[in-house]
Amino acid sequence: MTTTTRPRRLTRRQRARLVRGVQYAVLALAILAFVLLANWDQIGEAFFDTAIIGDLFPEVITVALKNTVIYTLCAFAFGLVLGLLLALMRLSQVAAYRALATVYVEFFRGVPALLVLIAFGYGIPVALNTEVPGGVVGTITVALGLVAAAYIAETFRAGIQAVPKGQMEAARSLGMSHPRAMISIVIPQAFRIILPPLTNELIILTKDSSLVYLLGVTLPTRELAKFGRDALNQYVSMTPILVAGLAYLIITVPLGYVVRRLEAEQAKAR
Amino acid sequence: MIEIRGLRKSFGDLEVLRGIDARVAAGEVVCVIGPSGSGKSTLLRCINLLEAPSAGKIQVGGVDVTDPDVDIDAVRRRIGMVFQQFNLFPHLTVTENLTIAQRRVLGRGKQEARRVAAENLERVGLSPKADAYPSQLSGGQQQRVAIARSLAMGPELMLFDEPTSALDPELVGDVLGVMRLLAQDGMTMMVVTHEMSFAREVADRVLFMDEGVILEEGPPERVVAAPSHERTRTFLARLLDPAAAEVTREDDVNRRGGG
Repeated sequence: MTTTTRPRRLTRRQRARLVRGVQYAVLALAILAFVLLANWDQIGEAFFDTAIIGDLFPEVITVALKNTVIYTLCAFAFGLVLGLLLALMRLSQVAAYRALATVYVEFFRGVPALLVLIAFGYGIPVALNTEVPGGVVGTITVALGLVAAAYIAETFRAGIQAVPKGQMEAARSLGMSHPRAMISIVIPQAFRIILPPLTNELIILTKDSSLVYLLGVTLPTRELAKFGRDALNQYVSMTPILVAGLAYLIITVPLGYVVRRLEAEQAKAR
Repeated sequence: MIEIRGLRKSFGDLEVLRGIDARVAAGEVVCVIGPSGSGKSTLLRCINLLEAPSAGKIQVGGVDVTDPDVDIDAVRRRIGMVFQQFNLFPHLTVTENLTIAQRRVLGRGKQEARRVAAENLERVGLSPKADAYPSQLSGGQQQRVAIARSLAMGPELMLFDEPTSALDPELVGDVLGVMRLLAQDGMTMMVVTHEMSFAREVADRVLFMDEGVILEEGPPERVVAAPSHERTRTFLARLLDPAAAEVTREDDVNRRGGG
């Protein structure tokens, strides 16, 4: 027989402190193991080779980042216009328009962007013997824009439907026509509602623009991902990939910050 | 000013209005009372065609609004509408709420629109709130702005759809006060309301609606103070003393359970 002193039951505060203590301990051990076991010389050479970093500038900004921004904005603009049109079609009185828009949205949300890009970059040129005008920019604008439009259409539709019906009724009661009420009253409010999800769409598109490398871009049309990959071949180092990744963050982190700010403001306005 | 003949309105299989005949003369204040679901709001919403009537004829100021070829936007310009939920435009300031339709619909210039807006804000006692956003106002203030927004269009007729039902009790008085002033100024008004003291004091005529028809109408001292219909009496009794209504309902249950 062993005499066991039954452990004193912990109070809720003591238990919380214990759980937190264990979590910190695990974290500290993991960091310690990483610091002790990692080969720092190798890591420094592979990821932070300052000579290579020096070589990458300024092209990483003046060519690669610039092209990423151009591809993204062109595709986004295309997607915005088409997306708004599709959203209005989905809310139309005419059943045929609604059906068309629904089929479009379901199709382009369901297939990978990569496949659409292959279709416009290689499929259509080979099968129909015509190319999308505008070269690389034209192809990426159309392909990624078509995909983005499907998501943007759903965002717009949700935004317009989120504006209370009473807003339209009040506007019509003041004698505004339906289009006038849409433009002056409903769409401005819908736009506020959809600004955060729309900005998220832009972030996703920024990353998807890397798919352009598939089109076999030339030196002046390289964007960040392709630029990093070429430099990787040249220097046999992780450094260019890290630099390219950080360059993406220059775009996406501020956008993410904007989204959070907008969401916080909306939460306050309610 | 308003002439309604044989008005019917159905939502699917549900017939909400079952043959309404009513008239409102210019300068008259008519209160519409009745239990919820009796079709009061639908009647009001048919007059400016927020709901399309299923049958019947409605004339507003000599214009047949049920004519399919009528310019409904032109008709609505002459009819002010005040909603239970205020429906102010939240993305615009108070002044912008009052000027946007003046400018976009009536084509008034910026200066004139702002002048008319200021006049009407003063009328509802909210001049200091001209630059506030609706979310910064109390419910009672929002409803007064909504009234001013309608007045800024210079309507010949005002429709009020339960204007005080969404308000905290202590804010009701200010809104009713503004409506009382409007009535004194000779505005033609049709008011769906549960405020019996307002109906009794301000209305020229009271319509009692139940199950889609006008059951009783006449001066408030008769309809509200001495109703001739049993159902009017029951409704008013429940309105004055909700606790009493509870007892009656329990009685029903007991009777059903016993029988």
